[in-house]
Amino acid sequence: MTQKPGLHLKTYLAVLVIVIFAPLGSVLLGKGMKTIGSATAWRVQDLFPVLIKILSNGYIWLGICSLLTFFVAYMLILSWADYSYVQPSTAMSYATVAILSHFVLGEVVSPLRWAGVLVICAGVFIVGRTSPRAHGAH
Amino acid sequence: MRAFVLFFLIVASGTGGELCVSRAMRSMGEIHDFRPQSIFRFVLRGLQLPWMWIGIAMMSVGFFSLLTILSFRDVSFVVPVSALSYAAGAFGARAFLGERISRNRWLGIAVVCIGVTIVWWSGR
Repeated sequence: MTQKPGLHLKTYLAVLVIVIFAPLGSVLLGKGMKTIGSATAWRVQDLFPVLIKILSNGYIWLGICSLLTFFVAYMLILSWADYSYVQPSTAMSYATVAILSHFVLGEVVSPLRWAGVLVICAGVFIVGRTSPRAHGAH
Repeated sequence: MRAFVLFFLIVASGTGGELCVSRAMRSMGEIHDFRPQSIFRFVLRGLQLPWMWIGIAMMSVGFFSLLTILSFRDVSFVVPVSALSYAAGAFGARAFLGERISRNRWLGIAVVCIGVTIVWWSGR
């Protein structure tokens, strides 16, 4: 298979943007939603006031901006790499999510959960050794 | 039950949406020019494709389901559980996009799934 020069480099750069901004977005959304109140207490007539609260929350908008950055990087990478390569590669996000959840949100991340994160990273390493574009190989 | 439905929507709509976006992007060809105005034009071109809008609609359902569940569950629990989409994504990419998935990639996906399952157990 003839590999285009720089294909791996730009793939890794896009994956880097994805694994930072996707978890950051989730953490910011989590922080924002925790200030709005639990959905278990929502009633149908609360939906509009809740929507207003969500749309006027700064953390939610910061989270959306982070996710938009992630989304653009995701769109770009999908134009040259297989979805089945891109999706597992973004599993590195779980390490970032665990770190950010612990240090930013103060969530308790147990040793078992950290072990799971290490296994995920091992899986990402295996996926990263395959070609980003398998359909061009035959 | 509420959490189960929300997780189902996050996984099914999120993965389905990503597959649709992937199909739209694949039809546009590979991007080579990374200047901001070129990327902007590329994104605008993408927004003219029906598959892109179907994908965005499905991903929006997944997004609001995620917002809802984040209001009463930890981020470090919700995000790993939503990784059930890895298995769905691999099967979907093969069936819907016709991607050939190598043995090594399947192995990597399996290891990732084991890892996220351990993370999920830790949150039970």
